[in-house]
This record gives sequence, structure tokens and C-alpha cells, in this order.
Amino acid sequence: MTADPALKTTPLDALHRELGARMVPFAGYAMPVQYPAGILAEHAACRTACALFDVSHMGQAYLHGDEAAAVLEGLTPGSLRDLKPGRQRYTVLTNEAGGILDDLMVVNCDGHKMFLVVNAGCKDADFALIKAAAGARARLEVLPERALLALQGPKAAAVMAHFAPAATSMVFMDAGPLTVGGIPCFVTRSGYSGEDGFEISVAAAQAENLARHFLEMPDCTPAGLGARDSLRLEAGLPLYGNDIDATTSPVEANLAFAIGKRRRTEGGFPGAARILAELENGVSRLRVGIKPDGRAPARAHTEVQDTTGRTIGEVTSGGFGPTVDGPVAMGYVEPAFSEPGTPVVLMVRSKPLAAHVVALPFVEQRYHRG
Amino acid sequence: MSQMYFTEDHEWLSVEGETAIVGITDYAQQQLGDVVFIELPDEGKDLVQGGQAAVVESVKAASEVYSPVSGTVTAVNADLEGAPALVNEDAMGAGWFFAVAMIDPTELDNLMDQDGYDAFVAGLE
Repeated sequence: MTADPALKTTPLDALHRELGARMVPFAGYAMPVQYPAGILAEHAACRTACALFDVSHMGQAYLHGDEAAAVLEGLTPGSLRDLKPGRQRYTVLTNEAGGILDDLMVVNCDGHKMFLVVNAGCKDADFALIKAAAGARARLEVLPERALLALQGPKAAAVMAHFAPAATSMVFMDAGPLTVGGIPCFVTRSGYSGEDGFEISVAAAQAENLARHFLEMPDCTPAGLGARDSLRLEAGLPLYGNDIDATTSPVEANLAFAIGKRRRTEGGFPGAARILAELENGVSRLRVGIKPDGRAPARAHTEVQDTTGRTIGEVTSGGFGPTVDGPVAMGYVEPAFSEPGTPVVLMVRSKPLAAHVVALPFVEQRYHRG
Repeated sequence: MSQMYFTEDHEWLSVEGETAIVGITDYAQQQLGDVVFIELPDEGKDLVQGGQAAVVESVKAASEVYSPVSGTVTAVNADLEGAPALVNEDAMGAGWFFAVAMIDPTELDNLMDQDGYDAFVAGLE
């Protein structure tokens, strides 16, 4: 594919093309959906060895100031003031209606600034929102000149240790500056594949050099957005815009773990009225895993019915799970049908396909909790 | 001796007498990537030229396969149920989809031959 000038490119664009990636538009960027090995092989590499993803399209920023966590608590239900220096947490930005504006990762760098990673499609709106909320209390520094690489898989730690031995002492959701192969980086032990791994923020000018270091290791395979999607789906992780959006609350989305204990009593975040009421009284729909009984995948927007033919929900992500070796999906159903084992019917191309509600994740998350 | 025809939707058909064997082209399987599921028509089903006949699912997406000719399905490739990757490995051979008893051989006049299809694909790249 020739470069589309309307699309932004990441600092690894030339490397992707050299590696033979198929580039597709995603959130305004030309991104690799797969390399010549293909999505199944890239997915398998991440589950069995180590895969390298370019996620530089995501938005990165620092929020400077001792009030940074307090500012963020005004926008999210997360207990971010309690987050210790050198630790990362998953949270969501909510609106006044209790819907999710974005999901994001937040690091307390040193007590004086927070490091944020937000979704590509939301980053402009997120940063405008945070900047407005911060006012004079904190200063948002957007980092467009930084790339973000994700090194994921059971051998990610060994690959990383080759270039940064200190990385092995990090546990899941640890974060901090680290020199990787002589290149200054900011590293978190986290990711979105369900596997152990790292996300590495690096200056754009050094990104290709760093990526080449990793790819020189025999256990490390480049992987694209296709594998990233099948990996996160098997890991039960929601994709913003598909599984969660401005209409879904974090309780409906089964993300109540991201609502801090203190915040449940204190409130003080957008949409607290709805979200706290839902925690107390329940929801009208809940995000669940759905496993088709047969081999046919059910894609997003597939209607979910009960066994009498009544509509009870909708698939929000669905496809083929390479590790599961079968179709996997997630979506929203009425709470009465959310119990694992509940039979449901998926209307795929106007034909009813038998399926069951299942517990997420489909593939056990294997984070390194130390 | 069979004769090959192609559609702009990247189906191929191999015609011998009244019978056409239908599949998707090697170009199509490359574009789709790893094929993980194929929904084939039932034997005995009547197909119309250009109408939906099968669905091929890759990891990423579902794509419809249209019937290049009108007729009745006389056979389907049952091997694809257990081994959908045959489409990636041998799209033009072992990865065939179904066979049709044609009712109107003049429909073949609307299709491309190998040279025509090769030129068509070259124009896409």
C-alpha cells in the first residue's frame, strides 16, 4: 500500500513497511494490521513467546503538579490520590450521565506528576477535558513526539532483560524511567494482551532503533492491530468505541473494579449519581463473555436473544479466538442472563446460533504480579 | 478440459460442461488473511448470479461470497469445515467452495478469463 497523505504516521512507519506490514487507517493513523506472518501466527507468538506492537497512535501526556491526582479524581471514579509513586492504574473518564468518555492508564511518576496513556481516537477530547479541569492547579504536557511500543508475552521479560536487566524486578503495573539498550525510556509493566509484558514510551527519534533491538531477539515477533484485537478479546478486555462508550457506565461495563473504594463513599466524579446508584441497585445491562457453541463467529452488533426469541442484548466485540481455537465474543445482556452457563441465541445473518454466556476472560490473564 | 473464469469480486469458477466449481482467488485469500470459518450453501440450494452464496470469515472480518452463475448447488467442500485454512493454502484447488449445475451458460460471457482477471488485479495494486 502506498502512503495515504491524509493519514498520520507513527515513528515506526518506515519499519512497518520494510517488514511487509499491511497498513490500514485506524483512528487517523496508518497502522499495521498484520505482517506477512499473519494474525494467527502473531497472536500465537504473543501467547507463547513475545510480540512487539506499535501503539504510538495512543495519546501520551504528563500532568504536572502536586494536584495532578486530585484533578484526575475530578474526572474519573478511580482512587488516584492513593496511587503510590511508581505505580500504574487503569481508570475511566466519565461524563455527567455516568457514561465512559475514554479508558486510560495513569501512572504516579513521583508524586509531582502523572503520566497518562489514552486512546488514539479520544486523545484530543481527553486532553482538552483534562486541561480545562486542571486550570491553574496542574499543567498538561501532551507528548506527541513520543512513540509507544508494547512488548507482550511470556518471554517479554527475558527479551526486555537483555536490554534492561532492572526490568525484571518490576511487577504488574509498576512504572518508571528505565534505560533500554542505552535509550532512555519510560516503562510500565502492563499491556493489553492478557500476557505479561511492558509498554515502553520512547522519544520518536529513538523508537525505530529500540524496535530493531527487540526484533533482533529470536523470540520477538512484530505483531499488528489484528492480533492486538484478538488477544485483548480473549483476555476479556474492552475496546473503547466497541465495548464501552459515552452511553455505557463502568458498572454496566463490568469495570466496577476501577471505581475506588473511597470514591464509592465520597463520590465527586462526573456521573457519580448514576454510577453509585448502579453499584447499589444494579444495572439494566451487563457486559459479559459470550461463547458461540459452534464454529461461526458472531461479530459486533449481532443481536443476542433468549431461547424464546426475545432480544436481550447485543454483541459489542466478536471474532475468532486463536488460543481458544474457536469463536469468542463479548457484549451486553440483561442481568438476568449474565450468569455464566446461561444459554443465549445469536442472530448471525438472520440465522439463530446457539451460544452460552461465559465468565471473562476466555484465556487466563498471566500478569507478573511478583 | 475445464475452463477458468473470474469475477470482479474475486471468485473463480472452473467450468466443465454444465458444472462450475467455485472458489475464491489467491488474491482474495491474501487480502482476507487467515481464514477461520466458512459458511457454505446447502446442497440443492438455488443460487442466482451475483447473489450471496457463502460467507468466509477471517480473524478480522466476515466477507460474502457471491455466486458467479445461476444454478443449483450440487456439492460443497466438506473439508473446509474442519480445515478452513485450506483456502489460504490452496485457494485455487483444495480450497474450493461449492459446485453448481448451471442453468444459463451465457452468464459466463459476463466473466473474465485469466488474462482479464490478472489485468484487473494489477489495476488494484
